[in-house]
Amino acid sequence: MSNAPLRRNLITPATLVLAALAAIALYFIALRLIYGLGAVTNLNSGYPWGIWVVFDIIIGTAFGCGGFAMALLVYIFNRGEYHPLVRPALLGGLFGYTLAGFAVIFDLGRYWHFYNLLLPWYAQPNSVMYEVALCVMAYVVVLWIEFSPALLERWGLSGLKRNLERWMFVFIALGVLLPTMHQSSLGSVLLVMGSRLSPLWFTVWLPVLFVVSAVAMGYGVVMLEATIISNSFALPSEHALISKLSTVVGWIMVGWLALRWGDLIYRGDVQLAFVGNLKSGMFWLENALMLAAVLVFLTPAGRASQRASFLGAAALLAGGSLYRLDAYLIGQQPISNWHYFPSVPELMVTIGMVALEVLLYLVFIKTLPVLHGDAANA
Amino acid sequence: MTDVDRRDFLIGAGFATAGAAVPSDASAIARPPKEMPPQAVGMLYDSTLCIGCRACVAACKAANNMPADIPEHLSGWNEYTWDSAEDLSGRTLNVIKVYRNGTVEQKDREIDGFAFVKRHCLHCVDPSCVSVCPVSAMKKDPVTGIVSHDADACIGCRFCVFSCPFGVPQFDLNNPFGKIAKCQFCSHLQKDGKVPACCDVCPTGASLFGTVKDLEQEAARRLAAPAGTPYRFPRGKLGEDRPPNVATIPSYIKGTYGEHEAGGTQVRYLAGVPFPKLGLPKVGPQSPASLAEGVQHTIYRWLIAPVVAFAGLAFLARRNAGRTDADEAPTSRRG
Repeated sequence: MSNAPLRRNLITPATLVLAALAAIALYFIALRLIYGLGAVTNLNSGYPWGIWVVFDIIIGTAFGCGGFAMALLVYIFNRGEYHPLVRPALLGGLFGYTLAGFAVIFDLGRYWHFYNLLLPWYAQPNSVMYEVALCVMAYVVVLWIEFSPALLERWGLSGLKRNLERWMFVFIALGVLLPTMHQSSLGSVLLVMGSRLSPLWFTVWLPVLFVVSAVAMGYGVVMLEATIISNSFALPSEHALISKLSTVVGWIMVGWLALRWGDLIYRGDVQLAFVGNLKSGMFWLENALMLAAVLVFLTPAGRASQRASFLGAAALLAGGSLYRLDAYLIGQQPISNWHYFPSVPELMVTIGMVALEVLLYLVFIKTLPVLHGDAANA
Repeated sequence: MTDVDRRDFLIGAGFATAGAAVPSDASAIARPPKEMPPQAVGMLYDSTLCIGCRACVAACKAANNMPADIPEHLSGWNEYTWDSAEDLSGRTLNVIKVYRNGTVEQKDREIDGFAFVKRHCLHCVDPSCVSVCPVSAMKKDPVTGIVSHDADACIGCRFCVFSCPFGVPQFDLNNPFGKIAKCQFCSHLQKDGKVPACCDVCPTGASLFGTVKDLEQEAARRLAAPAGTPYRFPRGKLGEDRPPNVATIPSYIKGTYGEHEAGGTQVRYLAGVPFPKLGLPKVGPQSPASLAEGVQHTIYRWLIAPVVAFAGLAFLARRNAGRTDADEAPTSRRG
């Protein structure tokens, strides 16, 4: 039971395409820094936050919740059998969060003041954003520490690694606490929107809906990643573990759907789902995707099939992403007649950031002991 | 939140229980609303007096060193000399807009009429922008109630733009070193005992400066007077001895805008056309900040919950990580 690097070529057609996409993104980021946000994005007065915020940060960090979700299962609920999935999940989280932090910097209008967040005389503890910012910064550090045994192993620093592992429980605990805090706060951010957010999404339960769906998405990422990696590199399948995990995820999602619908009906806003506009359509799409994933995860036939489990995890991630996209963009009701659709450069930056994330992931699993060892060298 | 609820929450020390303590009723968890500062200053904007001259827009730009705003579709005839701001923007703190309907025959009439409206910060009693700003760049003066912005603190996250129920703060997106722009009620002029530029320059008294208390009484007097009554509309600053604008009371829409919206503001609107027609957004009476802060304060009160949760998590992680990683020997395999 150990982890080992995957012995494969670093330079492949796939990694070259990923690197090219990342380079295009860097070009547009440079333009943004030289000419301002308006020169590159379609942001406007009614939509001050676009896909850089919503996709790279809000959705991106949810995709980065694999490490959080697996640590919760393995170390808090003591399900050691899932341990082989922890390190790859942490690596996914590492890049999800690190790049979200990078995206924050170039999305900030006055990024050169970024450090003001850390200066006590500017602190504003009532601000949800302040909590999110500090918490995410701390969590990026925690993720690197949680992942560092892989680096220390690679560099042969086993003494340091042993010392670190003695204290690792502190970082594991922080690695569960911090995402619980800031993923729920990403829902709380919207509590100030009042009538500017459609009641299909606006509820006092936003923090709970956000953190629970983030945990579910974390498992979804782990399931997807394990399947893709074992298929693309012809490694032994982790499907036995995945199919056990899917029961857990299925019930979490049942709870999420029950809370969402129960609250919507209790508030008496459920009729908005039947209006037949873009908002109600998106609302149904989110719920249909979530329900499809539940049906796969909670039926024996669905769990048994590797293909169905894969599609189920994809549906879960799509549903969770749309939920965030809708809550932050499509469900918004701007005051004047503003419209927003991302510009091509804006999209290219987001695509490039994802490409960079995948690229770094591939480089890391090929150079560092990340994957389940017996599998990695089979 | 009752003590019983809080104990439940602490015991749970997790998101599921945090949720269980939150009722679906939005007002139950909100923190108490903030009170109007006793010496709050404000503005009464009477749409029926406004003649759309836009002297206030020009005066505002001059007083606050703001550049001209020329939309692209007007740049054909306008060689960057004539400020023609159409809406609030990173370059415009104060703007006059017009409502037009049908034949546009009569002022302050909803059907086949037109009306002017002035847009700028309403200086909320419990401002969302102050509540959401992570670096205290937005502040509300405890005495005057003026909501000010400090660009040296601002990181440009634009949460204030996102959250303002009135769509007021704007970020200058067309400048690589852009800033948030919002009306700060000419606090630099008020410091020297002067009147905010827009009120100072208004020829008809449509924009009137004063304390919120006095302005509320003035608005009530106008609303109480029958239409057609001769009336001396004060100009500049309420209570100052400028010659008034003598005119007749128009037929007002009953009520003022700004009194109850978003937990109350320090600006009041009077108009002859329904407020939503003028583009003033429908905003409920609860301050949005009170709900968001209520939830956040419940979860993070004294940081008790996170600390207790951390202790529990660390205990479990220590016990379980030992078991899980026991069979994990350090590997010396290199890639």
